Amino acid sequence: MIEIEGVRKSFGKLEVLKGIDLAVDKGEVISIIGASGSGKSTMLYCINALEPIDSGRIVVDGVDVHAGDTDVNKLRRNIGMVFQQWNSFPHLTTLENVALAPRIVLGKSRQESTEIARKQLDHVGLADKFDVYPSRMSGGQQQRLAIARALAMEPSYMLFDEVTSALDPELVGEVLDTLRLLSEEGMTMLVVTHEIGFARDVSDRVAYFHEGVIEELGPPAQVIENSTSEQTRRFLANVR
Amino acid sequence: MDYTFHWRPVFRKLPDLLEAGLVTMEVAVLAMLVGVVLGLALAIIRMSGLKSITWFAVGWIELARNTPALLQLFFFGFGLGAFGIHLSPFLIVLFGLSFNNAGYLAETFRGGFNAVPPTQVKAARSLGMTPTQAYTRIVIPQVMRVVYHPMTNQMVWSVLMSSLAMLVGYRELAGETQFLASKTYRIFEFFLVTAVIYYVMVKLILAGSRLLSWRLFRY
Ligand SMILES: Nc1ncnc2c1ncn2[C@@H]1O[C@H](COP(=O)(O)OP(=O)(O)OP(=O)(O)O)[C@@H](O)[C@H]1O
Ligand SMILES: [Mg+2]
Repeated sequence: MIEIEGVRKSFGKLEVLKGIDLAVDKGEVISIIGASGSGKSTMLYCINALEPIDSGRIVVDGVDVHAGDTDVNKLRRNIGMVFQQWNSFPHLTTLENVALAPRIVLGKSRQESTEIARKQLDHVGLADKFDVYPSRMSGGQQQRLAIARALAMEPSYMLFDEVTSALDPELVGEVLDTLRLLSEEGMTMLVVTHEIGFARDVSDRVAYFHEGVIEELGPPAQVIENSTSEQTRRFLANVR
Repeated sequence: MDYTFHWRPVFRKLPDLLEAGLVTMEVAVLAMLVGVVLGLALAIIRMSGLKSITWFAVGWIELARNTPALLQLFFFGFGLGAFGIHLSPFLIVLFGLSFNNAGYLAETFRGGFNAVPPTQVKAARSLGMTPTQAYTRIVIPQVMRVVYHPMTNQMVWSVLMSSLAMLVGYRELAGETQFLASKTYRIFEFFLVTAVIYYVMVKLILAGSRLLSWRLFRY
């Protein structure tokens, strides 16, 4: 379970998160929508401690993420993250991309980590690309590679930051299908997205971010279809 | 056009020239190694943004890249000599070349680090890698590829630049050539053969570098 309580965060004078509260249950899929600059990415970065917070608390499975004595490297093994820019490691083959962290972070043997990598690449539909370098793959394939790479650590949680925004339109579907697959398998996911259709179909709850606060939170039928918030409605009218 | 070529004196001294070629390689390689270490240090200092020492790195880099290499060599010879510090010709050459190499390589390395997007580190850290792991496994291999060809060029440059050594009395290939040429008066012949030796050395470096790059960079 991820518990976010009263989180505030500023970059210099700019306050980006102004008191965020959110509890994510095991197996839940929460989509985060909201205008550019509303703090969605920053929120995700705070959950796996890629960004520090100024006040409040984030607790993942009982561990206070931002406590001084927390081993963030260990914490991150349990929280996978996939970025808008897929960040494949260009000097490694797909197999090596996925096998590296299990080997050097989890200390698994070369053989075992390669086995894990094969399984996860197969999982995201890249079984025919083991020995290919990322530069030879499409954006959609590289994004699925990034998902496989995160899954190889066998995390309990996955954070997705606009993973389809940088893709050509015809490649968006294959990545969203992979996310759907994960949600059906019961993965706990926080998905920042502009794909409102995806948010409506797949998420258990939708959080609408507006200027550093969660303006509205609830099931898609409420937030997306029947929002009572003027802000939310205006945003949705714009992105559709 | 009544110059008659006399090759015999040159060919008799060919072993000496080849040996001097090895001396050239030796000092050029050493200056390259020192240059890499110092260049890396300068690049890190410059990227650190620590004002108190950045000026030192910037000054070094600016002087090395924007003044004649010959004057840099003279600094370690006559320059230090004026202050009573007398280095051996070998050290003058080694320091001069290393100073120049470090200046150029510092910028090469800085460019290499800047070429790796910071998001690569973020992605590595998000997988639970420590900062050290992220740098050694993800950043450095990518930097290596970016700086590889400029480093090869610098190595070539280091060999060619070392010929300035003859002006501070060091008998590497150019110095030895001048010494032998002035003894036999077959100046043109000697320098022509020496040019061929330089050419072959450079081609060998380039070929070796290409072979190594095929092994190192498969992507
Ligand atoms: N490292 C940083 N340093 C300074 N300001 C930052 C930094 N990261 C984000 N910001 C600022 O914080 C604000 C929120 O950024 P954030 O990336 O969280 O927004 P977002 O909701 O993800 O927007 P988008 O939809 O464009 O991705 C923006 O104004 C951004 O410019
Ligand atoms: Mg964002």
